[in-house]
Amino acid sequence: MNPALAEALGDLPVLMRAHLGVSLAAIGIGVAVGLPLAWWAWERRRVRGALLGAVGLIQTIPALALLALFYPMLLVLGQASGLAIPALGFLPALIALSLYALLPIVRNGVAALAGIDPGVREAAEGIGMTRRQRLLLVELPLGAPVILAGIRTAAVWTIGAATLATTVGQPSMGDLIFSGLQTENWLRVLVGCLGAAVLALAADGVLALVESGLARRSRWRVRLGLGLIAAALLVAFVPWRNAPEQETVVIGAKNFSEQFILASAIEERLRAAGYRTERRDGLGSTVAYRALAAGDIDVYVDYSGTLWANILARTDNPPAAEMRQQLSELLARRDGVAVIGPLGFENAYALAMRRERAAELGISSLDQLARSAPRLRLGADLEFLTRPEWRAVERAYGLRFAEHRSYSPTFMYRAVADGSVDVISAFSSDGRIADLDLVTLADPRAALPSYDALLLAAPRRARDERFLGALRPLVGAIRVDRMRQANLMVDRDVDKRTPAEAARWLLADY
Amino acid sequence: MIELADVTKRHGAGTALDGVSLTAAAGEFVALVGPSGSGKTTLLKSINRLAAPDEGIVRVDGRDVRDMPVTELRRGIGYVIQGIGLFPHMTVAENIWIVPRLAGTPATEREGRVAELLDLVALPREFAGRMPSSLSGGQAQRVGVARALAAGPRIMLMDEPFGALDPVTRDELGRSYRALHDSLALTSIMVTHDMAEALLIADRIVVLIDGRVRADLPPAELLSSQDPEVRALVDVPRRQAERLHALAEGR
Repeated sequence: MNPALAEALGDLPVLMRAHLGVSLAAIGIGVAVGLPLAWWAWERRRVRGALLGAVGLIQTIPALALLALFYPMLLVLGQASGLAIPALGFLPALIALSLYALLPIVRNGVAALAGIDPGVREAAEGIGMTRRQRLLLVELPLGAPVILAGIRTAAVWTIGAATLATTVGQPSMGDLIFSGLQTENWLRVLVGCLGAAVLALAADGVLALVESGLARRSRWRVRLGLGLIAAALLVAFVPWRNAPEQETVVIGAKNFSEQFILASAIEERLRAAGYRTERRDGLGSTVAYRALAAGDIDVYVDYSGTLWANILARTDNPPAAEMRQQLSELLARRDGVAVIGPLGFENAYALAMRRERAAELGISSLDQLARSAPRLRLGADLEFLTRPEWRAVERAYGLRFAEHRSYSPTFMYRAVADGSVDVISAFSSDGRIADLDLVTLADPRAALPSYDALLLAAPRRARDERFLGALRPLVGAIRVDRMRQANLMVDRDVDKRTPAEAARWLLADY
Repeated sequence: MIELADVTKRHGAGTALDGVSLTAAAGEFVALVGPSGSGKTTLLKSINRLAAPDEGIVRVDGRDVRDMPVTELRRGIGYVIQGIGLFPHMTVAENIWIVPRLAGTPATEREGRVAELLDLVALPREFAGRMPSSLSGGQAQRVGVARALAAGPRIMLMDEPFGALDPVTRDELGRSYRALHDSLALTSIMVTHDMAEALLIADRIVVLIDGRVRADLPPAELLSSQDPEVRALVDVPRRQAERLHALAEGR
């Protein structure tokens, strides 16, 4: 079997189970909160309008943003209350998805109550039913088809939106989709999408079975449907086997190929040392550091310049070694985070050109570029032009280009290769620099900060010698050309490798 | 048995009941008649507290209904409404058994009691397992009556119970209900807009106009009332009866 497919299928059971778990829990909470809310609001005309407006409003927030919002909110809540509230993973995903499930459940709940014949309601009252009896004996059974239709909609939405839970560190089918998208591994994306679709269709089918069972008063349909729901709950929440007595280490990764490869390399090392590992791939750039400081992940790789500018909010630009030194001290003092050490390569922003174009114009440094820039076009990734690094370069060399264009990284490289732009904001460890025969331009005025890849450990691991010992062999062990090669193996279109394969190749040297 | 003393109920700016006093003795069959909006239904609902009067007192068995637990009050009174109000998701037997079930009567008694009640309203016992949607209007209304009788109430409140039925079924059901009223020694209050129906089955007829009692008389006396508005109501069936009589006589 194709190794990428085999790897995706191998990851599937664990991810599917996690996906099912967070989805079922969110739907359950949506039902448990949404139905009483609908019942409560139904008799209060003004509240009803406001409530439907509010749940509708939640729905207009993109699911990705809703998920991302709960991470800082829980973090602040945990700090303010002093409680150990996990800000990453299951909890924020659960809260956001539950909120997301509310709209169809509340709306259909209200519609179900509104759709009941007033004569039936009057009869129920007239024969002496209490409010509770009226609800349980008359309103719920009569409203069941509409209520269930709402739950079905909520189930399909929630299972779909749960793929985005990956971004806050909750494993889901999104792990396959996001890592596949990033490394252009379409098989992986397909497996993730199909997995989520199968779950959504299965949930819809089971609920349809219950619905038709209620409509036809068919006991076996209802029982089979409820039995399948119970089975799904068992699969999602009952541990598969007794968890071994090993410690579990959570490895974080941001959302690009190099990070996936390095996380796989870390995973290899830790497994060899006898640790059980979990991955949190596809974390947002600032989320990753906060997650480490909060102890939600144990280890990940970040870059010195990013930490310097974004985490410490520094605008000066000390030499690489001094920056590393200061980072070690400042991060340890402020957050208890340990810098285990530099991996040995840099992934910096560097302006790059095609070799022959650079030779033709006689450009090998940013000083020389500045003279020709007014006749040249710059292609940048989506954030470069808003970053402090760009402003620093612009100021230091007085760069003025004829035109700026923004691309997603893949297309940025294609644009420079086909001549759509002349200069791009490349990443210095990117495998495509060598592959496309690009040259990176020298920075004699040291305007661009250094971006040494640093291995970082969470506060609780800072003095854990066994853990640090397992990872120290990685320090200084990865040269930039090896990293470029590994990145290229994952990013290229032909003879494509998975990040895990690239990581094994990277580690094969020692 | 049932007593309303000076009951007033206002609806926004208008008045649904305006100082109504009325009594129904045990075993009496009282019909409430009047044009639409005269307050008939509000009066009926004030007895089982589906409507709360603004002034005045309603007593059942000498107790102010406001002092009785509302569910207990309602479960002790049979209630039949227009448009039947059967629960569409329950079988005939489940509908009939609902009040005893609410009262916590053991389910073991259900089958026998349901059969008995079906006999009482002259429906075949096989109907027990059918759904309301499969019944004709007359059959459904008989089930409605059986449901109201299930807990053995001594009082029956009926709001246009036969209003939606065809004339033949309506007449038949009216007469068979009157027979039940007598054999079970019920006290019945029935709202109807059909004066002929009221005249033929009630012991007393209360005419409500604009929320006030305009007449409160036995049928024979109502027919000879000199009140022009009451006459206008009774003249319709009387003239129909006279014309039918003349037709039959061949004149």
